Amino acid sequence: MTKSFFIDTTLCTACRGCQVACKQWQGLPAEKTVNKGSYENPPDLSGNTYKVVRMSEKERNGKLKWFFFPEQCRHCIEAPCLETAEDSSAIYKDKTGAIIFTKKTKDLVADDIISACPYNVPRVAKNGILTKCNMCVDRVHNGLKPACVKTCPTGAMQFGDRSTIVSKANKSLAKLKRKSSKAQLIDQKDLNVIYLVEDNPKYYFKNAIASYKYEGITRQMAIRKIFRPLTNIIKAVERIG
Amino acid sequence: MTNHWIDIRNSDCILIMGSNAAENHPISFKYVTEAQQKGAKLISVDPRFTRTSSKADIYGGLRSGSDIAVLGGMIKYILENKLYNKEYVANYTNAPFLVNRSYKFKNGKFSGFDQSKKKYDKKKWGFKTDSKGVPSLDRSLRDKNTVFAHLKKHYSRYNLKKVSEISGVSKSKLLEIYKTYAATGKKGKAGTIMYAMGWTQHTVGTQNIRCMAMIQLLLGNMGVAGGGVNALRGESNVQGSTDHCLLWHIWPGYLKTPRASNTNLTKYNKKWTPVSHDSLSANWWGNTPKYSVSFLKSMFGEKAKKSNEFGYNWLPKVDDGKPYSWLDLFDEMYKGKMDGFFAWGQNPTCSGANAGKTRDAIEKLDWMVNVNIFDNETGSFWRGPGKDPSKIKTEVFMLPAAVSIEKEGSITNSGRWMQWRYQGPKPLGNSKPDGDIILELGQKIKSLYKKDGVFKEPIVNMKWDYETHGEFDAHKVAKEINGYFTKDVKVKGKLCKKGTLVPSFAWLQADGSTSSGNWLYCNSYTEKGNMAARRSKKDSENKIGLYPEFSWCWPVNRRIIYNRASVDLKGQPWDKKHWVVKFDGKVKDGKYVSKKWSGDVPDGGWYPMQNPDGTKRKDSKHPFIMRKHGHAQIFGPGKADGPFPEHYEPIESPLRKNPMSKQYNNPVAAVFNTDADKYAKPGSKFDIVCSTYRVTEHWQTGVMTRPQDLLMELQPQVFVELSEELAKIKKIKNGERVVVGSIRASLECTAVVTKRLKPFKIAGKTVHQAGLPWHYGWRWPDFAETGNVIEESSNLLTPSAGDPNTRIPETKAFMVSISKK
Repeated sequence: MTKSFFIDTTLCTACRGCQVACKQWQGLPAEKTVNKGSYENPPDLSGNTYKVVRMSEKERNGKLKWFFFPEQCRHCIEAPCLETAEDSSAIYKDKTGAIIFTKKTKDLVADDIISACPYNVPRVAKNGILTKCNMCVDRVHNGLKPACVKTCPTGAMQFGDRSTIVSKANKSLAKLKRKSSKAQLIDQKDLNVIYLVEDNPKYYFKNAIASYKYEGITRQMAIRKIFRPLTNIIKAVERIG
Repeated sequence: MTNHWIDIRNSDCILIMGSNAAENHPISFKYVTEAQQKGAKLISVDPRFTRTSSKADIYGGLRSGSDIAVLGGMIKYILENKLYNKEYVANYTNAPFLVNRSYKFKNGKFSGFDQSKKKYDKKKWGFKTDSKGVPSLDRSLRDKNTVFAHLKKHYSRYNLKKVSEISGVSKSKLLEIYKTYAATGKKGKAGTIMYAMGWTQHTVGTQNIRCMAMIQLLLGNMGVAGGGVNALRGESNVQGSTDHCLLWHIWPGYLKTPRASNTNLTKYNKKWTPVSHDSLSANWWGNTPKYSVSFLKSMFGEKAKKSNEFGYNWLPKVDDGKPYSWLDLFDEMYKGKMDGFFAWGQNPTCSGANAGKTRDAIEKLDWMVNVNIFDNETGSFWRGPGKDPSKIKTEVFMLPAAVSIEKEGSITNSGRWMQWRYQGPKPLGNSKPDGDIILELGQKIKSLYKKDGVFKEPIVNMKWDYETHGEFDAHKVAKEINGYFTKDVKVKGKLCKKGTLVPSFAWLQADGSTSSGNWLYCNSYTEKGNMAARRSKKDSENKIGLYPEFSWCWPVNRRIIYNRASVDLKGQPWDKKHWVVKFDGKVKDGKYVSKKWSGDVPDGGWYPMQNPDGTKRKDSKHPFIMRKHGHAQIFGPGKADGPFPEHYEPIESPLRKNPMSKQYNNPVAAVFNTDADKYAKPGSKFDIVCSTYRVTEHWQTGVMTRPQDLLMELQPQVFVELSEELAKIKKIKNGERVVVGSIRASLECTAVVTKRLKPFKIAGKTVHQAGLPWHYGWRWPDFAETGNVIEESSNLLTPSAGDPNTRIPETKAFMVSISKK
C-alpha cells in the first residue's frame, strides 16, 4: 500500500532529531561544517545528507516568525526523476510509493535527473551515485516507521497509509485555516510527502514548492520526456526564483 | 516539579519563562504541543526569540535580569482586577496572617538590614501570634496588617510604565501576557510555569521563582492538574542528586546539615524541628527526629546506638553562617586553602562562572581526581590555553567511569519519578560504574583508617556493606535508602520483623528501631518489591495521566504535591474535569462520617476542612502540610533577601540607577573579592547585556556531545547572537568571527546576526542584548586537527556573583563588549 508522510511544520521545533536519526540509520558520516551565521547546518543536501531542517526568520504583519522546514525527497506520485531516467534498475518506485535510487544511478546523466526534480533534491555522492531520502524502506518493509518519524518528539512528522495521512493532513489544514487564511498543504495531490504550512511556502524555503508552478508549466508537462530539453529552461527559472 | 512532565498536557495556559523548553527539554514539548492542540495558550518570555517562542501564541522579549519586574506587574494586575481565587487565597495561603509591625520596606530595603554584615535580621519579618503561638489572622483579608494588604502595597509600585521601563517589554504586550495568564485564576482553570536556569542563575534567582509561586497561589494553581511550579532540571538525575544530598547545606531528604553550634543530637533536633501549636496544622517537619535518627542508623548501622547519639558527632558540621557552595569552594581553592579535589562527573573549568578563576584555582591544589567518561578541560587543565605544565604542581588522576547505559540503578527525573534502569552493555575497558568506584574507594579509606587514622570512628564505623560477589549492588543501596526495621517492633498494632523493609516514612521512628537513608524515598523499595521498576501503563481513575504504577514518585507515590489544595474546603475539586483528588466519604445529616479520598495519593488522608453543610471539622489539617502553619507562603520570612521579591539590577547592569528604588543591587548578593573577581560598572565599555544558554544540539559543557560528529555537524562552533541593529553599529557581518569581551576575559566566536534579538528601550535609553551558548571548551574537538581554531567556554566571561539563598552564579545577566576580530 502506498505510504505517505505528513509533515506539520506548525508543530516542528527544529530540534533536528530527524536530521541526526536519518544519518544514524542510513550510516551517513557527518560533514565538516562551520557556523555561517545560522543554526541551519549542513548548508545543503549532499551525498552524505538526505535531510536538512531549513530555518527562516520573517517578519509578517509586525510579528516575527521563525519558520522551520524539514527538507527531504517528496517521493512524487509521478516522479519526474524516474520518468527522466527511464531505467528502472537505476530509479524505481517501491511498493510503498518510495522513489528509490540504486547504485546504477551512477550511469545516468546526473544533471538531467537533478534538474528534472521540481524540488532540487537529488545530489551526487563522491562515488558518482545519485542519492536522496529512500523513505527508510528497509524499516518500512519490516513494519517500522522511517527513522526521522520515529524520533520526532512533537508529532510534526507522521507516517502511514496514504489515505489515513491525507485525511489527517486535511483535518489539520482545516483547523489551521481558522487561524491562518494562507495555510496550505504543499502540492498535496502530487506528493507522498505532504507539508502543512501556515504561510507562503516560499517564506519557508526557496524549494518548498515546485518551482515551475510559478511559470505556468505543469508537472505533467515537465515529466514528459519530450520536454526534457526544457530542463535547461527550468534551471534558469530556478535561478531567477 | 510540583507536578510532572505528562501533566503539562492538562494545562490551559503554559508560561515558559526562564527556560527554553523546545530547545533544551525537547521531549517536554510533546506535552506542550498536546495542551496547545486542546486549546491551551503558550506564552514565551525570553530576551531572545527562541525555538520555543516560534511556537508560542504570545512572545514577550525582556531584558535579562528583569523577571521580577514583569512578574511583580502581574501580581499587581491580578490583585487590582480581582482575578485571584479568593477562597483559595484566604484559606490555604498565609495571605490572612497578620504581620508584625517591625516589618517595613523602605527605599528598596526591608527592615532589619545590617550594613556592616550585609545581612538581614529575619526576626523583623515575623507574624503576629496569639498567646499559644498560633498566627493571628483575618480571613476576610481586610485588616491593614495582613500579608494580603502588604502584598498589595508592595506591588502597587510595579505599574505598567515602570515595568516596561525596566524590562523593555511594551505596555501592550505586558497587558496581553497578564490578561492571558491571569485568566487561569478562574476556578477550574489551570496555568503552569516551566522554568529552568534562566530564572535560577541570577543574584535574585530564588526570588524569581518565589514571585511566580506567589502568582500560582493567588490564581489557585498549586496542587491542581496542569498547574504547579515546574523546574525543568538540566540533567536526567539532577532531582535525584538533590534529594540525596548533593548540596552542602542538606542531608538526604532535605534534612539540615548540622551547624557547629548543634553540638549534640538533642540540640540538632531541637534547632531544626519546627513546632506548631495549631491543632489544624500537620507541621510535617515536626517528624524531623524520626528522619534524622533513621538516617544516622543507615549511616552507621549497629554502631549507631542511643548511648552514642546514633553516631551524630561522627558526621561533619559546618560553621554557623558560613557558606560552602560552589562559588565559595572555588574561592577557597583559589586562595590556596584546599589540598585536594574530586571532580566527579563534572567539568568545572567550563561549567562554572568565571571559569578562568576556576582554572587558576585548580593549579593551587596538590591533587585532583577527575572521574569522567572522557578526558575533559578539567582533567587536562594543566595543558590548556595559557598554562605552562612545568610550573603546575597539581597531580591529576583520571578514573574512567562507565556511561549511564552500562550500569544498573535509578534516576529521579524532574517530575520526582524514581525510575529503575537496567544495565545494557558492560562497561568498556577499565571503566567502572560510579557505584563501584565509590565502593572501592570507601573500602580502601576504611582499611587505611583502621591502621592509623586520626579520629577514625566516622570512617571505621560507617556501614559499608553494599557489595555482592565483589561488585557494587545497586539493589542493596536502594533498599538502604528505603530503610529497614532494625529490631522486631510493634507499630500501629502490627509486628514488624527485624531486617524487613519499612513500608513508608509514616513508620519511621526516632528510637533507633528503623533505618532510612532518605526518608523521602521510604516506600520506594519495600517488601512488595522495587517500586521504581514498575512499568504499568494503567492510568488512575481520574484519567489525568498520573500512571501511578509506572515507576515510583516521592513522596509516597504522590504524583502532584500539595494536591489537597486542588479541592475546596469540603474536599471537592475546583476542576471537575481534571480532578486530582476528591473526598468520597459517606455523608450523614450534612456531615462526613467516613474517610475516603479518590485519585492521587492525597497530601495526608485527613477529613476535609469542612463538612458538606459548611461546619468546620476539628480532625482536619490545613493542606500545605510541609509548612509549620499549614499555609502556603505568599509572605516568605525565611529568605535571605526579604519576604517579598523585589526588583534589583543584576550585579552587572547597563543602568546607573535602579528605576524601581534607591537600592541598586540585591543588598545581600554573594560577591567575592580576590583579584580574579572583577565586576563591570555601568558606563564602562562593557555596555551590552549578555546571557548564556544551551542549544538543543549540545549538552552541558559538551563533554558528551562535542566528541559526537553528528552533533558537531549541527552546531560546530561557539557563537554570539546579536541583533541586526547592533551588528550595524559594530559593522559586524553575519557569520564572521568576532571577539566578545567581559571585564574578566575575552572569547572569540562566530557572529549570528538575527532578527530574533532586538534592542530594548530601557529607562529612556537603547540597551542591546546578546547571548552565548556555553557548550564549548578547548579540549574537544582536538584543536590540533581543526587548524588551531579553539572553541572556548563562554563561562570565561561570566561573573562569580551569586544568589544569597542558593549562591548560584549570575550567568544569565552580565555585561560584555562585542567587536570585530
